[in-house]
Amino acid sequence: MSRYSIFSLARNALTRHANWQEAWRSPEPKRDYDVVIVGGGGHGLATAYYLAKEHGITNVAVLEKGWIGGGNTGRNTTIVRSNYLWDEATALYEKSMKLWEGLSQDLNYNVMFSQRGVLNLGHTLQDMRDIERRVNANRLNGVDGVVLNTRQVKEMVPLINDSPSARYPILGASLQPRGGVARHDAVAWGFARGADARGVDIIQNCEVQGFRREGGAVVGVETTRGFIGAKKVGVVAAGHSSVLAAMAGLRFPIESHPLQALVSEPIKPVLDTVVMSNAVHGYISQSDKGDLVIGAGIDSYVGYGQRGSFSIIEHTLAAILELFPTFSRVRMNRQWGGIVDVCPDACPIVGLTPVKHLYFNCGWGTGGFKATPGSGFAFAHTIAQDRPHELNAAFSLERFNTGHLIDEHGAAAVAH
Amino acid sequence: MLIITCPWCGPRDQTEFAYGGEAHIVRPKDPDALTDAEWGDYLFMRRNPRGRHLEQWGHAFGCRRWFNVERDTVTYVIKGSYLPGESPPEIPLSPGSAPGMEISLSPGRGPGRGST
Repeated sequence: MSRYSIFSLARNALTRHANWQEAWRSPEPKRDYDVVIVGGGGHGLATAYYLAKEHGITNVAVLEKGWIGGGNTGRNTTIVRSNYLWDEATALYEKSMKLWEGLSQDLNYNVMFSQRGVLNLGHTLQDMRDIERRVNANRLNGVDGVVLNTRQVKEMVPLINDSPSARYPILGASLQPRGGVARHDAVAWGFARGADARGVDIIQNCEVQGFRREGGAVVGVETTRGFIGAKKVGVVAAGHSSVLAAMAGLRFPIESHPLQALVSEPIKPVLDTVVMSNAVHGYISQSDKGDLVIGAGIDSYVGYGQRGSFSIIEHTLAAILELFPTFSRVRMNRQWGGIVDVCPDACPIVGLTPVKHLYFNCGWGTGGFKATPGSGFAFAHTIAQDRPHELNAAFSLERFNTGHLIDEHGAAAVAH
Repeated sequence: MLIITCPWCGPRDQTEFAYGGEAHIVRPKDPDALTDAEWGDYLFMRRNPRGRHLEQWGHAFGCRRWFNVERDTVTYVIKGSYLPGESPPEIPLSPGSAPGMEISLSPGRGPGRGST
């Protein structure tokens, strides 16, 4: 695997870019592996990458039923932040943030991580009290954060409607300066290339249809390309976690919902940060191409259809126009949906299962993208050591029996 | 947009309704007699099937009454509504389906496969 650099760019320019290597191989699956990862999204690829890098386990396959970057990794609104309220969640997301900060260098792949700041607006006195509480909690946990007033928000985002007579006037915001966005496809491709370079087999168009067990332990997976043996199986199949859990005879506290997003036509730079609002419920940033990237809420009903209701889009755009009346004349280019697996406490499940050698990483709800590197780091440790890392110990399946939930619903800067 | 039939008011837009989650979850008669795992199962664990789903809807901006709906979670097609306390319409399960998953997921022909 040749490294990407200014020299490789110049060398390939001389041959009209006809000789670039494939970023990763497409090998035939072997008969068996030390670890099989089910799901080739960002989290699954990151898990494989850190298994190889941190634990020296390279006899690994990542099985993807579609194609790399075709699931939720390529469907989200690319926001990265770590300003969660509770200690357990903050530790996990902040670990991820630290990995983001060195990720392009580590992967030798430009994931275009841009720390342009994330604003979470407050529209009521209670919003502002919650923001102060959360920012203080963040700072006690070593996470950056400041509370802004209306004038400071207006200075950062000149187009925002700061009228005190707005239906939901902006009273202030929390700002996490280290937050921002990353290029979501590049994250999948970068982790895939990095894992492949360390010997991991990435096998696309290979859907897992069942788990084979012997003596209570998993010994492999049945796939559309035949049986593949595995000493350990890690499942990272956001959107279909319950379906895969059912194949293993497990019940999960997860409901799958459609979550929609949309982008506008490309326009000149107008927004150089990320604006999120809990009360009116919308979030918006501008991509490097110039499109406004807008996130919507989930549909309330369970759905696997990768599409949601129009009323949700309407509600989201109403919220965005409340904040940015100027955008009323911007045309929307594309709109799509993904399936998010939501836990009752809006926190993920990362850990062991009652089935020996079967591990699950799921339930990231609407905000899994930001966690991609940290999730892979912690899950790789969990699989390699057969016990959770201290970062994900609290995110066990057992917490739904013990009652030790980590309630980030509404607490974590945005309504889920 | 779903068109949901309220058993009392007839077909209405989805925006009139509130979703109430999986139907037919019965509150245990004596919660004190349950283990933590059994209580956790009742509180949190859900079938969340890909395919046929029996679920509760409330007519929030209408008669405000609750009822059950049978809907496919992949195509979103609604089979019909029925009253609380009634049994769901009998539909045979496809052979070989895993527990909690009542449509078969054969390669290449599962409904809704393929992303756009």
